[in-house]
Amino acid sequence: MKKNVLFGTFAASMLVAGIAQAQSTLEQVMARGELVCGSNTGQAGFGAPDANGVWQGFDVGFCRALAAAIFNDPNAVSFVPLTSQTRFSALASGEVDVLARNTTWTFVRDVDLNLTFVGTNYYDGQGFMVPRELGVSSARELDGATVCIETGTTTELNLADYFRVNGMSYEPVPVDTAAEAQQQYLAGACDVYTTDVSALASSRAAFAEPDAHLILPEVVSKEPLGPVVRHGDDNWADIVQWTLFALIAAEELGITSANVEELKTGSNNPEVGRILGTDGGFGAMLGLDDDWAARAIAAVGNYGELFAATIGDQTPIGLARGLNAQWTQGGLLYAPPFR
Amino acid sequence: MSNVEAHTVAYVRDTMIAQQSPPLAESGAIRWLRSNLFSGWLNSVLTVVSLLAIFLAVKAIAPWLLNAVWNAGSLAECRAILDGATGACFAVIRDRWHQLLFGFYPPQFYWRPVLALVLLFVAIAPVLFTGLPRKMLIFSALYPFIGYHLIWGGSAWFPVSVLLGFVAGVAAYVILRNLNGLVAIFGAIMAPFAWWFLAAGPFDAAMSAAIPLGLDFVRSDRIGGFLIALIVGVTAIALSLPVGIILALGRQSDMLFLKTICVVFIEFIRGVPLITLLFSASLLLNYFLPPGTTFDLILRVIIMVTLFASAYMAEVIRGGLAALPKGQYEAADALGLDYWKAQRLIIMPQALKISIPGIVNTFIGLFKDTTLLVFIAILEPLALANAIRADTNWNGIYWELFIFIGALFFIFCFGMSRYSMYLEQKLKTDHR
Repeated sequence: MKKNVLFGTFAASMLVAGIAQAQSTLEQVMARGELVCGSNTGQAGFGAPDANGVWQGFDVGFCRALAAAIFNDPNAVSFVPLTSQTRFSALASGEVDVLARNTTWTFVRDVDLNLTFVGTNYYDGQGFMVPRELGVSSARELDGATVCIETGTTTELNLADYFRVNGMSYEPVPVDTAAEAQQQYLAGACDVYTTDVSALASSRAAFAEPDAHLILPEVVSKEPLGPVVRHGDDNWADIVQWTLFALIAAEELGITSANVEELKTGSNNPEVGRILGTDGGFGAMLGLDDDWAARAIAAVGNYGELFAATIGDQTPIGLARGLNAQWTQGGLLYAPPFR
Repeated sequence: MSNVEAHTVAYVRDTMIAQQSPPLAESGAIRWLRSNLFSGWLNSVLTVVSLLAIFLAVKAIAPWLLNAVWNAGSLAECRAILDGATGACFAVIRDRWHQLLFGFYPPQFYWRPVLALVLLFVAIAPVLFTGLPRKMLIFSALYPFIGYHLIWGGSAWFPVSVLLGFVAGVAAYVILRNLNGLVAIFGAIMAPFAWWFLAAGPFDAAMSAAIPLGLDFVRSDRIGGFLIALIVGVTAIALSLPVGIILALGRQSDMLFLKTICVVFIEFIRGVPLITLLFSASLLLNYFLPPGTTFDLILRVIIMVTLFASAYMAEVIRGGLAALPKGQYEAADALGLDYWKAQRLIIMPQALKISIPGIVNTFIGLFKDTTLLVFIAILEPLALANAIRADTNWNGIYWELFIFIGALFFIFCFGMSRYSMYLEQKLKTDHR
């Protein structure tokens, strides 16, 4: 395929590059033999290539689970690093099959950009970090502060809203990337650094003296982050959505990567049987085979295992479960029933 | 007569005074200092201020550089070793240099891009230095195919079958030349296309099946780091010069249609930022291509960067053409040379010589522009710097990566600049 296209290019013709075929996303993925996952250009814990060029992280783990569900191979996925400017166009143009890249679910993106947010895999919110020596313990005391803020993000708007609502003023110090923000903040160019709390936590963990900095308790916005697919292919959206739900439900029901094989041979909980494909034939309804969820769980573990391995409190990122605990534990994770 | 002076002048020296060394204040280092650094009160003040600035800069940077840590597994380890002292953590370069150079190219195949780079120097040597045997140019012509195969691998028959298209073109020209000049040119253009469209695919498939030959295939998304900057930079540089020359000639042409096309192309490309072209290469193009088509992103980017550089190149060369006195054109006409001969023998050698600084300037700019690929998420060095920082081991590292990347770019750009000065010196025919 690739060669033919190259020949076509050498001959400077795009018209002969191939005959347009109306294929569903699943058919395209199957024909290609791998999933193409839009990923972050590099965010600690969520998605970044390691020293060997192998992508690792929380969002990356979800893509691997999806690849395992489709192909029985968590490595049958190629990651396309996307910036926040290119991510939606890349998805809309079909460059990637699914976007799993810290993307906030908002009205405009869902409705106007013709995207489908299939769920939330991480509930985040915007917070503030200040040096401890500033002597501030609440965001309400930040009147007149200089704030390092990444331009072109929803955090910029949230910041303006929060300060206006509370009748405070601030002076923005616009920065382009998280790395630059860290430099500016540490150099004292701004009193406050604001972005998503998860990113603040991973930034702070990288500081020479993490304890000299404080993340204020106020969370000023809702940032539900989750995987995104294109509008118009509901079967594909179902596959992505229920793979996510399968990981979440697996944690709730106690299915782990360690015991999934054992539970497949028999469990007295009928819902476990339906997830793992011993009962109900749910995989076939998605256009996959019945083992799909069992393979996804075996590949990366359930939601809790994935969280703990990539961003949990045992990792350098050190995030607590917080809102991302199961609904039975006081969190927001709530997978619809497998029935 | 001769002793008249002896009578009127008391003493005449009849031996030369031995040469003496100049006064201390007018020689050696002191003279140099006086004439170059302290030749007036304004210059003296400026000298002192500059020295102070240099001193302060060195004082600030030197401890950081000299106290660098080269052996550590993470930034935290670096900090533990430094134990509160200031110092750079170049351990990150030691840990990740291969990524900054090659991206995620499979480590067992690193010899392939390295060999490709060495061969690149062999290939461009005869182009750059006329003293070398002209036969080496044959290798230069073959190099694009060798380089492609070394870096991407795959079946060796693919570059061979592309190459055969050019061979077909040359063959068609030679055969048809005796028939009619215009037909020969037409045939030379059509034959390669006919080969690529009709025969190349089956030929490639058949030969690959019959004699499997070639290196392991490396996917484009594994290629990154300085390697991608070099691939895009060198290809675009090599292609933009001939395309630029053609565009410049087209713009000067009397043929209205040709001229309009060239002017519109040049002005459109120059009026649009490179980043816009890159975005359309990476995103927009996919809307126009049939779904499911994979059209290599690196190829798309090379095409866009080449188009961009060609438009600038065309204007640089047009500057050279405009600087030539009209008499040169008339002289070429008077000699009875046709258009192409006049261009080849009289106009272009002079116009290009005048344009050398501008051409090299465009080359250097183009090479550095490859860092813009970071915005379309190609893993060029700056994008890898981001990715490395996203590793929890190295999160928080900043200057060390940029210094390394900057040094790499500096070596190549400085090299180009020195070569251009050498070339100007060599081609200098005036007696200024």
